[in-house]
Amino acid sequence: MEINNNQLLRFTTAGSVDDGKSTLIGRLLYDSKSIFEDQLESVSATSAKKGHDGVDLALFTDGLKDEREQGITIDVAYRYFTTLKRKFIIADTPGHIQYTRNMVTGASTANAAVILIDARHGVIEQTKRHSFIASLLNIPHLIVCVNKMDLVDFSEEVYNNIIGQFEEFSSKLLMKDVRFIPISALKGDNVVNRSEHMEWYQNGTLLSTLENLHISSDINKIDARFPVQTVLRPQSEDFRDYRGCAGRIASGIYRKGDEVAVLPSGFTSKIRSINVGEQEVEEAYAPMSVAITLEDDIDVSRGDMIVKKNNQPEQEQEFDVMLCWLNNGAMKPRAKYTVMHTSNEERAMIKEVVYKMDINTFERDSEDKGLAMNDIARVKIRTTRSLMLDSYRDNRNTGSIILIDESTNETVAAGMVV
Amino acid sequence: MSKYYLNYLDELESEAIFILREVWAQFENPVILFSGGKDSILVTHLAKKAFFPSKIPFALMHVDKGHNFPETIKFRDDLIEELEVKLIVGSVQESINKGRVAEEKGKNATRNALQITTLLDAIEENKIDCAIGGGRRDEEKARAKERFFSHRDDFGQWDPKNQRPELWNLLNGKHFEGEHFRAFPISNWTEMDVWNYIKRENIKIPSLYFAHEREVVFRSNSWIPVSEYLRLEEGEKIEKKNIRFRTLGDITITGGIESDADTLEKIVQEVSAMRKTERGDRSDDKRSETAMEDRKKQGYF
Repeated sequence: MEINNNQLLRFTTAGSVDDGKSTLIGRLLYDSKSIFEDQLESVSATSAKKGHDGVDLALFTDGLKDEREQGITIDVAYRYFTTLKRKFIIADTPGHIQYTRNMVTGASTANAAVILIDARHGVIEQTKRHSFIASLLNIPHLIVCVNKMDLVDFSEEVYNNIIGQFEEFSSKLLMKDVRFIPISALKGDNVVNRSEHMEWYQNGTLLSTLENLHISSDINKIDARFPVQTVLRPQSEDFRDYRGCAGRIASGIYRKGDEVAVLPSGFTSKIRSINVGEQEVEEAYAPMSVAITLEDDIDVSRGDMIVKKNNQPEQEQEFDVMLCWLNNGAMKPRAKYTVMHTSNEERAMIKEVVYKMDINTFERDSEDKGLAMNDIARVKIRTTRSLMLDSYRDNRNTGSIILIDESTNETVAAGMVV
Repeated sequence: MSKYYLNYLDELESEAIFILREVWAQFENPVILFSGGKDSILVTHLAKKAFFPSKIPFALMHVDKGHNFPETIKFRDDLIEELEVKLIVGSVQESINKGRVAEEKGKNATRNALQITTLLDAIEENKIDCAIGGGRRDEEKARAKERFFSHRDDFGQWDPKNQRPELWNLLNGKHFEGEHFRAFPISNWTEMDVWNYIKRENIKIPSLYFAHEREVVFRSNSWIPVSEYLRLEEGEKIEKKNIRFRTLGDITITGGIESDADTLEKIVQEVSAMRKTERGDRSDDKRSETAMEDRKKQGYF
């Protein structure tokens, strides 16, 4: 197989066992021939032991011991498969309300979200919750699969009703690209192979939809942002004066000769060279990892951001974020946290909880000021020094933060700059 | 006009380089766990790219089980010399001699469990706060839930239910004295990706990966190489076969497959047609359904 221009697409699947999520993933892997013989043997044996007829596709995604015992998914699990068109990474996340944190985690880097609806039940609370999180995390593409069509006689009417229900509640959410597909994960209809039972559906199967989504524009290529991770100073014979700013381009495009500013100092210079490993390149763009050298000898260190002179982020010490609480320990009022933003770190304080979101009804509650595991709220944060911020809607990489509890070192919250 | 998107191999490379640089920035004394296998060779190659034109700023650490393929050791030493990096060896044999661990008995005896102690001892002795590994999430189901930055407590243990959530590109490597991290820069690569990349970059790998003639014994559905450690069981006979190895582990348990693939080109072709996972040839993972999970909890790679 030749190496080609195939892209990588990351997608997340939200849903519970009852929606047939594990079966769907099993079906994708199985029908795209991504299951190996020894995995198949092991799953067949387990299926037989449990008394199932044939192969239980859901078992392909079975994870840790506790999960198998309880028949649930506890944590985000990553799966991989490749077709002739793309490489796929699935962030398989549990759908129960107590696992909002995992869904948020899986959604944070996804190009697409696949949301499952049971055709017999239509839109339920869980559907709304998953859609809300997909929109909150600004996942560029949403694919709604109406599953178990075989149990409603592959009825077009049932399908259309569910789409109607979805359109109704989702009009309140910000979504760019939504598609609907009627499927049966169990029987294989419209997952990888076209269904023979739904002549009325003329659009692509799930796999062909995933293969053809336009994802090149998912990363912001307009606003150039380069967070410096570390500075390379080889001090060897050949590279005595070399000082390379190493990092991964968060967004935008950089070219040799570009006039740039180093933030927060604001000193300006021009790009002298851009390297990818040993290879020097004329231009580089997100999400490439590069080393950039500047014409002038100005002070640059980890946490700084190199941007274009004429396009700069906001520098702010006080800002609003949509915060998702991820930790068992609740938020401590006026407690100090470390905020991580790109390669930068500052101390931070949550000044105020503006309102909490009910993620099932989308209602705001401005009375309740406490934050516990899985809560989502708009808060005001104050940091010791300014951060170089963009809004999360404009830029996922420079509009996102995490909070770390200084007493436990745990990641306790994730925030999206409003 | 130029295109402004990466192909999947470039994106995986970029992600791995990002993680390696993050390790360097967030830890005091990181090492690369180097087994001489293709995955750790790949990680080392990526580290070279991440820090060019500087030298790789990490030492390589080899947990030596004593049951090595001689080819692996030669390869390791050559690479160390070429890269001018420091080598740290943690020896399982020494752990046995010191009485820290006892050798397993029986036909399928391996030093897999033993190396956990050696690894954790070496980490403690050398004050290592981050060990970078070549683990991949597609290898085994317990690995599918592993983070890029994986936190270990002061006993070196992994608690799968209490991992730090990892969002966007924000990696939290904060740790207290005595705790350490494992970092997995090639988490998102599959076996196929690794081979395609090795071919693309023309990375040097040990000759064992290429088809060659070798004396072997058929055991547990694969060809186990004849070595000084191998004891023949009843009914087993030594045969000469054209084989190659898909993974390089302990010489006593790593099975080869019959193959004519003697170039990278042919290997890539063979792997893409392969219908069995690479760990399917390793008897250590066949012991029980949760063999890997159990070992990881105790502090395995």
